[in-house]
Amino acid sequence: MKKMLYYAAAAVLALGMAAGANAKTLTYCSESAPEGFDPALWEGGNSLDVALPVYEGLVKFKAGTTEVVPSLAEKWEISTDGLTYTFHLRHGVKFGTTDYFTPTREFNADDVVFSFHRQMDQNTPWTVEEPNAVYQYWGDMSMPDQVADMAKVDDYTVKLTLKQPSAPMLANLAMTFASIVSKEYADKLAAANQTANMDQQPVGTGPFAFVGYNPNSDIHYKANPDYWGTKAKVDQLVFSITTDAAARLQKLKAGECDVMVSPAPADVAGIKADANLATEEQEGLNVAALMFNTQEKPYDNVDVRRALDMAIDKKAIIASVLQGLGQVAVNPIPPTMWGYNKDTKNADFDPAAAKALLAKAGVKDLHVKIWAMPVARPYMPDAKTAATIIQKNFADIGVTSEIYSEDWKPYLADSQALSHDGAVIRGWTGDNGDPDNFLTPLLSCNAVDHGNVAEWCNKDFDALIKKAAIETDQAKRAKLYEEAQAIFKKDVPWATLDHSVVVMAMSKKVTGYVIDPFGLHRFEQVGLSD
Amino acid sequence: MLRFLLRRLGLIVPTFIGITIVSFGFIRMLPADPVQAMSGERGMTPARHALLMHQFGLDRPLWLQYLEYVWNLLHGDFGNSIAAAKPVFYQFRIFFPATIELSLAAISLAIVIGIPLGVIAAVRRGKLVDQLAMGGALIGYSMPIFWWGLLLIILFSGILHWTPVAGRISSDYFIKPVTGFMLIDSWRSGQDGAFRSALSHLVLPAIVLGTIPLAVIARQTRSAMLEVLGEDYVRTARAKGLPAWRVIGVHALRNALIPVITTIGLQVGYLLAGAILTESIFSWPGVGKWMVDSIESRDYPAVQGGLVLIALFVMLVNLVVDLLYSVVNPRIRHVH
Repeated sequence: MKKMLYYAAAAVLALGMAAGANAKTLTYCSESAPEGFDPALWEGGNSLDVALPVYEGLVKFKAGTTEVVPSLAEKWEISTDGLTYTFHLRHGVKFGTTDYFTPTREFNADDVVFSFHRQMDQNTPWTVEEPNAVYQYWGDMSMPDQVADMAKVDDYTVKLTLKQPSAPMLANLAMTFASIVSKEYADKLAAANQTANMDQQPVGTGPFAFVGYNPNSDIHYKANPDYWGTKAKVDQLVFSITTDAAARLQKLKAGECDVMVSPAPADVAGIKADANLATEEQEGLNVAALMFNTQEKPYDNVDVRRALDMAIDKKAIIASVLQGLGQVAVNPIPPTMWGYNKDTKNADFDPAAAKALLAKAGVKDLHVKIWAMPVARPYMPDAKTAATIIQKNFADIGVTSEIYSEDWKPYLADSQALSHDGAVIRGWTGDNGDPDNFLTPLLSCNAVDHGNVAEWCNKDFDALIKKAAIETDQAKRAKLYEEAQAIFKKDVPWATLDHSVVVMAMSKKVTGYVIDPFGLHRFEQVGLSD
Repeated sequence: MLRFLLRRLGLIVPTFIGITIVSFGFIRMLPADPVQAMSGERGMTPARHALLMHQFGLDRPLWLQYLEYVWNLLHGDFGNSIAAAKPVFYQFRIFFPATIELSLAAISLAIVIGIPLGVIAAVRRGKLVDQLAMGGALIGYSMPIFWWGLLLIILFSGILHWTPVAGRISSDYFIKPVTGFMLIDSWRSGQDGAFRSALSHLVLPAIVLGTIPLAVIARQTRSAMLEVLGEDYVRTARAKGLPAWRVIGVHALRNALIPVITTIGLQVGYLLAGAILTESIFSWPGVGKWMVDSIESRDYPAVQGGLVLIALFVMLVNLVVDLLYSVVNPRIRHVH
């Protein structure tokens, strides 16, 4: 009997050790440290990424798409006037258990109401005092203008009431800032005067639970065994913060990370040729453009803008800068987005016609300051090379130019100042798959002294996008956006350059990785083959 | 000795004032302010920019901001990081041990290799080993850190697979920071293989950061040894029949080390500067990386407070080195 017990104990021990020894760890080499872990506090992709493994919202985007599907809400109804959304919540969802918090109840309507009201209400322990932090996305997605209330109907039903109809609202609710946090955890923190811990020690319903963070170094998660959905395919998930791109690639090749972000376009061919590595590619939900300051002479003249647009060899930029990983942009929204106007066309690349048009506009000795961003962005990996191509193109039509650059932060700030001179290379990656998310921040009259770098205010265009934002019928919205794009194309506030293909590099052992159209990085269903 | 100490401490005051002026002024010379740095691609309206500048106190006269900064420093308040929304001193405490660990490893390597190399080069003056040693030192001194670091990564990590590429420890381990020194914390964690992993991650960054100090120490040691080896007392020791190792290793080296100690102390400032590049290449989460990130995000309090803390550390080390110098060199002690 004793012998049998010994053997049984040994077997259990061996099994345990084997399980530990076989624990699968997926390591993702990220490019920068997060600002924090509170899904509502931060807008930067690096901070949204670290919240994704732990948190979920009422709805979510289907992997790799912009389609909104159920998440913590199983189903919902929208009133005919578009002002009331009734969400029916999922039963049996548990918040993850961690070293610092053990939930005593399941997810319910109280958590949803709290998650919204902490961002809406003033004078609570969760009201974030400026200037250090603010619920950025809540404000930037205009939620205060749209949301009247989020109220509990019963333990598993909540009602969202809007001030005006909002077509993108469901898409907004799928974004990370609308994630549901644990009210029980929040109350515990508030009682202990430790509300700041929400940003350092997250608790959510997601497929992973937070383990710990070594600042500027690494973040560890473990699979949440109580997850309501399809369990994570790895036992541990690690974000290894590796800011240098060359070092990231070396780590991938050495097997120290399994997935890496932002390979340089010039490295992609080498990665594809490596027998141990693979790439995933997807058309990005992005756009890059050369944006003219339409309020400064001579760019206030539409013929000048047209001429300069016509002079740019955009195919050369796709070939040289993007290494073929992208397509020439026509509209300010990418072709994968609903509402895209298929009938608008770019002017032909025609230096002779461009020169003639400039002459007709009476412009002589034009000198253009071409702003080129100093950093690689998903929509434009090497703006300086793009600017060099544009400079050569301009020279061919008798336009001299200089390439101007500065550090990224001052570049962003200075290029949106009303009086900035010249044409700026900039771009955008979508937040929620809605055309409004491109057109309002980048081209509306309201955005003229900040996000609208072209300082372009066209009343007809503005009226169309405002109308589309509150129209709930998608077919009608699409029509309005198509009309708006036609106006944009006629007025040429931008020389549209490209929509890039987003590439992720990974080990061949990685399975199930799907590129997120919003530039985020999700690992819920990513596994490692043996 | 006491008068020497008091005189050295007295120098700290003007040095401190100089450092605060440089820290405060330098970051403000860069284009873009902390609020503009927060705005991102969506941009920020001028009205909101003005509001936040006011809330941060950045719209006040510069002299007033400076006086408040110095007043707070004198009361031990190094400010609050705008980017992290945490006290600067708290951030410094998190990142500084990583830099110290890397710097100690680098300087240890530099001393352990550099001094014997310099001694051998001096003793074999003019021979091949001297030329090789000094040639190597010159190359080491001249190499750009970034290039050297990437070269070593490609060779030892990428091709030979002898060392890991970057970071402080394998991602298989989560080591909760207790002291902040990964070697100590990994040892204490008891996790199998953690200490070994931490040690292997330290090798390449320590070599990269330690290369220039090694070159400097080797050259300084050679130069000092040559001077000492020409002294009468060394000739006397040899004439008395003492073994060569005793003449070189005990009598000559002891005196030759005096200027070398000062050189080593001066390398501390270099190590902290060199750490910025080394930490970036190897994703080493130290104060160098923290300062680079803070400068990029125009985090005024982090830069102002962080630079003062780093400078205070360098001053402290140099003070200790000066004291050590006067202890080791009786001539200095008697003069003072």
